[in-house]
Amino acid sequence: MHLEWGFFLRDIGDGETTYLSWLLSAWGWTLAVAGCAWVLALLLGSVVGTLRTMQVTWVASLANAWVELFRNIPLLVQIFLWYHVIPSLIPPLRDVPSFVLVVFGLGLFTSSRVAEQVRAGIQSLPHGQRHAGMALGLTTAQTYRYVLLPMAFRIVIPPLTSEAMNIIKNSSVAFAVSISELTLFAMQAQEETSRGIEVYLAVTTLYIITAMTINRLMALIEKRVRVPGYVGGDR
Amino acid sequence: MIGNLDLSFFNWELVSNFLAKGFWFSIQLTLIAMAGGIVFGTALALCRLSGRPWLALPAATYVNTMRSIPLVMVILWFFLLIPFLIGRSMGAELSALITFTLFEAAYYSEIMRAGIQSVARGQVYAGYALGLTYGQTMRLIVLPQAFRNMLPVLLTQTIILFQDTSLVYAIGAYDLLKGFEVAGKNFNRPVEAYLLAAVVYFVICFSLSSVVKKLQTRIAIIS
Repeated sequence: MHLEWGFFLRDIGDGETTYLSWLLSAWGWTLAVAGCAWVLALLLGSVVGTLRTMQVTWVASLANAWVELFRNIPLLVQIFLWYHVIPSLIPPLRDVPSFVLVVFGLGLFTSSRVAEQVRAGIQSLPHGQRHAGMALGLTTAQTYRYVLLPMAFRIVIPPLTSEAMNIIKNSSVAFAVSISELTLFAMQAQEETSRGIEVYLAVTTLYIITAMTINRLMALIEKRVRVPGYVGGDR
Repeated sequence: MIGNLDLSFFNWELVSNFLAKGFWFSIQLTLIAMAGGIVFGTALALCRLSGRPWLALPAATYVNTMRSIPLVMVILWFFLLIPFLIGRSMGAELSALITFTLFEAAYYSEIMRAGIQSVARGQVYAGYALGLTYGQTMRLIVLPQAFRNMLPVLLTQTIILFQDTSLVYAIGAYDLLKGFEVAGKNFNRPVEAYLLAAVVYFVICFSLSSVVKKLQTRIAIIS
């Protein structure tokens, strides 16, 4: 098999862009979609996950319903809902750029998975922690803010790391609504250049590099925030 | 607006003309990839736990590579490479079947590895003490327990697999989602078609995961 990489420096036909610069801009879109969706997922997922552990039943059920809803519909279908269905049901949203819609689709989908991890993290804490907070006269909000969440968030860093790596992979689904990210680049450049193997190799490598970088970054965060005597901390 | 939704196009004819074929393919893809993936995945897990580097290393590389690439890219890779390797083009459906089996094997293998490791070491020693070979110990003692312990997780992975079958969209295979899309285009009702697709997927996945949850409490070996 003979690989030929020269075409990356070739013009795509508009007189200024090369395939290489297109590839890099596609990487940028992948990072932008995944990054924005991750922020949304982390915010919503933390709130929903926390609410699921509340002692108030209807709040917990509502939060559970959120998780079930976003977990049981395929991501691609959810992206189509955001892109095709929601703007036509809610006319004011018609002019929202597809990038934003995809970020919401991917973000809400991932929020259910983050919520699941956050709930598991909080519930893995000994009951005594919650009781100790109450015994000290803290309100529910204070108990969460000062006692439960600081420990729970440290516990969930490893599972959140794999979710962060998943969101990079899942952002590839944005190709279906014409976001010019890596996967769409792969499909289009493959068609145009007929050098599919080289194109796919380049794209796959960028996905792996991105995922590895996130993995290292999260490991760094994990190391920075660890508490001596606890999960992975110094004894 | 919501009032404009018109679901009247949804009738038996639509189901049999557009959806049945796609639904059948999604089910087929799920079941074949599950069966093939569990068999191949178990083999991979056994290789990784064999303690022989020449078996463990390739298996680990395979699993880790598959798990770090987006499924859509894997689908595209196989769709490009299979014709290249066998010398003739292959339909999107057949390509999807091969891709999903090989891709899911990586995920099932991680589950099986955890399952095998969850079986107490004494069980293996007991097998050897009875004079069983390594293969017999695995087949008769370790794997049955590993399967039982991991059954809920394997089924949960299968639900995820069923959701992921929608990604064959990338190579244009005709699955359940495609069926809804084509129906929506045909009746000029894409909004309703996508909404219905979401409802159908939700009902299927939600009921399956409720069943798995029930099973979880029943099947666990009390230790």
